Amino acid sequence: MSYEHVNTSLAASFGLGRADGQVSTAVPAIVSRWRALLGSIVARYGVVLGFLAFWQLSSTLGWVNPAVFPPLDVILSTLWGGLASGALLDDIAISLQRSGIAFAAAVVVGIPLGLFMGQVRLVEQALDPILQLFRQTSALALYPVFILLLGLGETSKVFVIFWATLFPVLLSTIGGVKEVDKKLIEMARTYGAGPRTVFRRVVLPASVPAIFVGLRLSATTALLLLIAAEMIGANKGIGFQVMNAQYNFQIPLMFAAILLLALLGLAANALLVLLQRNLCRWSQPNA
Amino acid sequence: MSVAQNLRRGEVAIRHLSKSYRLNGAPLPVLRDINLNIRSGETLAIVGASGSGKTTLLRVLAGLEDPDAGEVLIDGKLTKGVGTDRAVIFQEPRLLPWLTVLDNVGFGLETQGLSRGEARHRARRYVQLVGLQQFESAYPRQLSGGMAQRVGIARALAVQPEILLLDEPLGALDAMTKISMQQELARIWRDEDVTTVLVTHDLEEAIYLADRILILPREKGGEPRLIEIDLPRPRDRSAPEFVRHREELLNLFGLH
Repeated sequence: MSYEHVNTSLAASFGLGRADGQVSTAVPAIVSRWRALLGSIVARYGVVLGFLAFWQLSSTLGWVNPAVFPPLDVILSTLWGGLASGALLDDIAISLQRSGIAFAAAVVVGIPLGLFMGQVRLVEQALDPILQLFRQTSALALYPVFILLLGLGETSKVFVIFWATLFPVLLSTIGGVKEVDKKLIEMARTYGAGPRTVFRRVVLPASVPAIFVGLRLSATTALLLLIAAEMIGANKGIGFQVMNAQYNFQIPLMFAAILLLALLGLAANALLVLLQRNLCRWSQPNA
Repeated sequence: MSVAQNLRRGEVAIRHLSKSYRLNGAPLPVLRDINLNIRSGETLAIVGASGSGKTTLLRVLAGLEDPDAGEVLIDGKLTKGVGTDRAVIFQEPRLLPWLTVLDNVGFGLETQGLSRGEARHRARRYVQLVGLQQFESAYPRQLSGGMAQRVGIARALAVQPEILLLDEPLGALDAMTKISMQQELARIWRDEDVTTVLVTHDLEEAIYLADRILILPREKGGEPRLIEIDLPRPRDRSAPEFVRHREELLNLFGLH
């Protein structure tokens, strides 16, 4: 009953009352477009905005201990201060370098290997068990092993990120190649396409969407693993800053670094989505 | 001399062709000692109940499957595997979703050594032939089933094959689209003189389009039969002759 009441009062305040059909057509187009935009923003980002507002309120009103959960404005100003003074820029640069090299290596190894494994059944059958074993072994658990083998320097850090980043792109690529419609391959063969042409014109383009799923997972993993990689033997990096700020009880700085990692992850994902949209215009519903 | 060769283009001779599949380890004969000459430029329809081997026969002609025994000669030459002298139109359009209509139609031309410009030019001509010039740059996902199948037909015609092989090409379309596509196929074949083998389970479609109809027997011992359809084109589905042919076919299947 109260819901109905809210509905009608909303409708009345927006001038959409059914009794007066004239009013709704009299609403300027720009207003209704704004309203639609606002509606879609609320539908999409309402929960996250609510969460952030709740954080800010509960911290400033003292519902939670502000020393552990500082208000958002403090975190944001710490982040801004760190960026403006350049103190965090070095950390960003070194972290992006570590994740970037590891991600690039995973792409360079994972995509060609995946394309090969997906096409040649024998190779796939031979390598699959060991791949599954490696994949299920936590990269974090193996990190000490990598340090033993590669030392405490950059190599082991990049390698542990590479290890975790490789599997999503590799397995997605294999899956993409294996799921290529055999009927399309048969069609190409009837037009005189040899194995190389079939690969170039059918298998590769058909696998691109699956490869991008893997790339996005891998990019996320590359940033997630920064924390672990920079936990040991590092004196720079966003992951290091998270740990270090916590040791020194610089909680706003800790949250600023965490936020930075999340923003980098969002940016990497957005970049890949954009690239995918450009490469796979054919699969977009509204292209 | 070259004129004479052109006139004989696309003649198919099938000699003692047999093929069986394995079902749970036991051989299941599908085609038994098929002998058939397909004339240059004619449209031959193959009809038969499911399991009669009509699609298998077409796939052997296409070179997608090897016969157990016997041979297929095209213009007197023994065939081995797939070849660009034949083009296949499948029941599904089998378009490449990442290529536009124009690029899909031009797909077979690349392997034939045409330059990019020539290929585009020819592809455009065949897109027009099937009446899709407005959809040249559309992607397959934006097309209806009938339009997609027309793209598949244009792609096959564009390579200018000697023999066109169609495997129930209109089987997945609704009744209205199907009839208009049959009319369109009849029109295209009037202009493009190409030997055509059409596998169909639609008897009316066979009578409407074919010069001759090959009926494959359901039971293994039966003999394949050939019927000549000597009706003027364009054909009238309600003409007494047309109806008589349909009844004749239905009788052969024991359905009348």
